[in-house]
Amino acid sequence: MENRKTNNRWLLGLSLVLMIAALYLIFLYVPTEETMGVVQRIFYFHVPLAWVSFLAFFVVFLGSILYLWKRNSKWDILASSSAEVGAVFTTLFLITGSIWAKPIWGAWWTWSPRLTTAMILWLIYLAYLLVRAYASDDQRGARFAAIVGIIGFIDVPIVALAITLWRTQHPGPVVFQGGLAPPMLLTLLVSLAAFTALYLILVTQVAGLKKDRDEVMRLKELLR
Amino acid sequence: MRFWRKAIAITWKDVLSEMRTREIVFSVLVFTFLVIVTFNFAFGNNPGTMELVAAGMLWVTFAFAGILSLNRAFVAEKEEGCLEGLMVCPVSREVIYVGKMLGSLLFMLVIEAIALPIFAFLFNLSLSLQLIIITVLTTIGFVAVGTIFSALAVNTRAREMILPILFLPIVAPIIIGAVEASKLALSGESWGAMATWLQIIGAFDAIFLGVSFLVFAFVIEE
Repeated sequence: MENRKTNNRWLLGLSLVLMIAALYLIFLYVPTEETMGVVQRIFYFHVPLAWVSFLAFFVVFLGSILYLWKRNSKWDILASSSAEVGAVFTTLFLITGSIWAKPIWGAWWTWSPRLTTAMILWLIYLAYLLVRAYASDDQRGARFAAIVGIIGFIDVPIVALAITLWRTQHPGPVVFQGGLAPPMLLTLLVSLAAFTALYLILVTQVAGLKKDRDEVMRLKELLR
Repeated sequence: MRFWRKAIAITWKDVLSEMRTREIVFSVLVFTFLVIVTFNFAFGNNPGTMELVAAGMLWVTFAFAGILSLNRAFVAEKEEGCLEGLMVCPVSREVIYVGKMLGSLLFMLVIEAIALPIFAFLFNLSLSLQLIIITVLTTIGFVAVGTIFSALAVNTRAREMILPILFLPIVAPIIIGAVEASKLALSGESWGAMATWLQIIGAFDAIFLGVSFLVFAFVIEE
């Protein structure tokens, strides 16, 4: 318990510093992009949110496998906490993308491969959380959700492949083609680190809550 | 060999029970017919429009029909306590998965074998060997994941609601593949033109038959 608190404090401090640095870089330091103008700054939120969405889903996948294999509820707590945080990040990632798309593409939403894949990812997250919520008991919910976590994670690359073949008209990823100016890259990297730290805090926080809830339930059973 | 004999015994049990109760095939067929008729109201019967939407209509219809019939796959097992019986049997969980999966596959193929000609007849389309192969391959993908989700959904409180929520996002890639390949097949293209889509459907089938086979044991343990 004590250990968790110190860990959290450390993470919280790190995240705070990174977040402030990221905000400074995004709004004051980095030059405004030439063609898109100020709206391009949302990119420094959007990309980290997307990264965390996929990272969180990978953690769900790992947690699910480990839970089915080891049957230790800590893995289930990790997977489900990561899914809850991941669902929030995916929602924000879709929203920031839309805000950017409206002035640049002229529409809130286009059914381009990446948008569609992101939406399917979001729907799989929802399915994961719903299965858990609707299961007749917690243990079963954990088991069922783990299966959805595994199948969903394996599905996402196939979805991405199929949709990319289906609609090939999206602007390619600028970051990996060396098209990003150094100040922009720096801002992006700091923002990525900040959001990753935020993800870690939120997951430990949610997982801590779940552990405490389980403990309270156990004590309640003992007192009966 | 023993594995298949046991799996087929489970499939045969499902076939027998279906022949006596007529719960799945007949009702899903009527439903499929109704969906096709309703689509006609949505799109009219302009031949130009049909060329664009026929493949999409076909796969929305089959996806819904799949959900409906897969929803029933474990209901009787659950309600009549047959699943417990199966689990007491000296067979592995994988045998149960393969048996149930083959049963659902058979029912879906029977439904499609009747619905496909009706569809072609009503909308003046020509059936080809390609369309039949696409249908069989996609249906394998449907039942591969559908069987596991059906076994899972029947054990939740919301039952019929859970299956589509799980099923539809996961089958998105084969729906895309099936629609695109069917579009090409309906306009009389060659095998080569639809090879990419067939590969995606085939890869999906192989991956999810494997994954479902491996994780099915975790669904029905207790």
